[in-house]
Amino acid sequence: MLHEARSGHTGGSLSAVDAIVALYFHHMRHNPSNPRDPDRDRFILSKGHAVPALYATLAECGYFDVGELLTLRKINSRLQGHPANTKTPGIEVSTGSLGQGLSFGIGVALAGKLDGKDYNVYVMVGDGETDEGQIWEAAAAASHYKLDNLTALLDRNRLQIDGFTEDVMALEVASERWRAFGWNVLEVDGHNMREILDVLHKADAHKNQPTMIILHTVKGKGVSFMENKVQYHGVAPTDEEYKKAIKELDELEKKILEKYEKRR
Amino acid sequence: MGKLINPRDVYGDTLVELGEINPDIVALDADLSKSTKTCKFCYRFPNRFFNMGIAEANMVSVAAGLASCGKIPFVSTFAVFVPGRTYDQIRMSVAYSDMNVKLFSTHAGVSVGKDGVSHQMLEDLALMRVLPNMKIFIPSDPVITKKIVYLMAENKGPMYSRVGREPMEIIYDEKELEDLKIKRMLHIKDGDDLALIACGTMVKNAIEAGKELEKKGISTGIVDAWNLKPFDNHTIDKIAKKVNAILTIEEHSVIGGLGGAVAERLSETGYKGRFIRMGINDMFCESGDPRDLLEKYGLTIKHIVNQAEKMV
Repeated sequence: MLHEARSGHTGGSLSAVDAIVALYFHHMRHNPSNPRDPDRDRFILSKGHAVPALYATLAECGYFDVGELLTLRKINSRLQGHPANTKTPGIEVSTGSLGQGLSFGIGVALAGKLDGKDYNVYVMVGDGETDEGQIWEAAAAASHYKLDNLTALLDRNRLQIDGFTEDVMALEVASERWRAFGWNVLEVDGHNMREILDVLHKADAHKNQPTMIILHTVKGKGVSFMENKVQYHGVAPTDEEYKKAIKELDELEKKILEKYEKRR
Repeated sequence: MGKLINPRDVYGDTLVELGEINPDIVALDADLSKSTKTCKFCYRFPNRFFNMGIAEANMVSVAAGLASCGKIPFVSTFAVFVPGRTYDQIRMSVAYSDMNVKLFSTHAGVSVGKDGVSHQMLEDLALMRVLPNMKIFIPSDPVITKKIVYLMAENKGPMYSRVGREPMEIIYDEKELEDLKIKRMLHIKDGDDLALIACGTMVKNAIEAGKELEKKGISTGIVDAWNLKPFDNHTIDKIAKKVNAILTIEEHSVIGGLGGAVAERLSETGYKGRFIRMGINDMFCESGDPRDLLEKYGLTIKHIVNQAEKMV
């Protein structure tokens, strides 16, 4: 998708995708044939630049045709470079200017409480994104209003555009910061499906507080030469990189399927 | 001088009235509910009122989330803060996302007075006018204020409205505004020599200036540009055909607001008459009594009359 578009954010999409897949395929209540179902659980991608991961997930779920993914970032496409709710089925709100999605999620969670609905709201936030002041305005408001129907997922891949988060603008100890703001904080390996699903159930069950799940992730996960490399934040793979990456991912897929078959 | 009513009180009371009719109406404020008068809504509907603290950016995006679930959020604080501090949140979460959020700000303009420049918003109309999907309404008296709040609640889409801090005189009776329509300015009076096109607090001054000008034998038309966006090109074109002098008056920068919008239309349609924008001339003002400020910065009835006389 990104290779075809010749632009986009590879690293942050790969760190985020496992949790997004877990939410859409195994956790959230949602209906691809009725994306506006008022009782749906909501997923909001506050780190909008990782939208290729979300588009791929939405397409596999049936929100739109998988073939459409190759129109990403091209003229007349519904798949904009950053999420656009007015264009793409399944997108809740337009993001891409960092810091706003968590606040939007608070509004959705407040509406759920007002209407007595039992849906949950999941907001994925980038670690670099928590540099934004609005994130902390939202952090205070969510705990003030005791929004236990709101769960944030922090994609803690430890990199932002200009380098390591701890060099650009230190945000450790992240868990202590969120706890201090009144959140229930859980930490998990953001690439371990079983652990992610387990922690999502814990988050849903927690009462009187919003939950922050810190996903310990690897930027560029799954492609050896991209992993933990800051230069893959905002670029698409070249022809050669693309071939190499696809080969690695195909091998990985084969391995996973073999393991799965053995278990059965 | 007629009876004075504060448009902020009208806003608060109307919000309560609407809240009784429509359970989806909710209100948000950023620790200024006693000044914006959303406190009235808070007293009546505490569960549907959200004080977001002194955190305006969060407030605007939260409102968008509420709107996405069918709520009709009215967001209020001083105009220097919304839209002043929150342009990007309005752009992304509200306008681009096309959310049904109603931004109703108070304390706009230089007539905020003694608090000074930090609290005198003179750029909000320009900021909101450039945003696609945004509609802008500027009440000129207490009666139209109520009408506009209803109109905001009853029509879908992102909207912005602003009132000042000071009480206003009544211009309209309710009957006159019965068929108030979006994209249709209010033609208060016809005139053959000159047209005064004003908005908000300056409409009353324009009406009074018009009376003085008539006494001096200058036939003066008066238009209330209460709906700045979508812009009523039709009314501007009609006026341009009729008079050889047009003067816009607003409590806002002369750049980008009403004067800017009229200037754009007039130059695109080849207007040959005289045209002047009255407003704050691309400068920061200062603390002072509202009346002294309007006097010093040139927005009184006398200033309008003097300017108009030079144009005909």
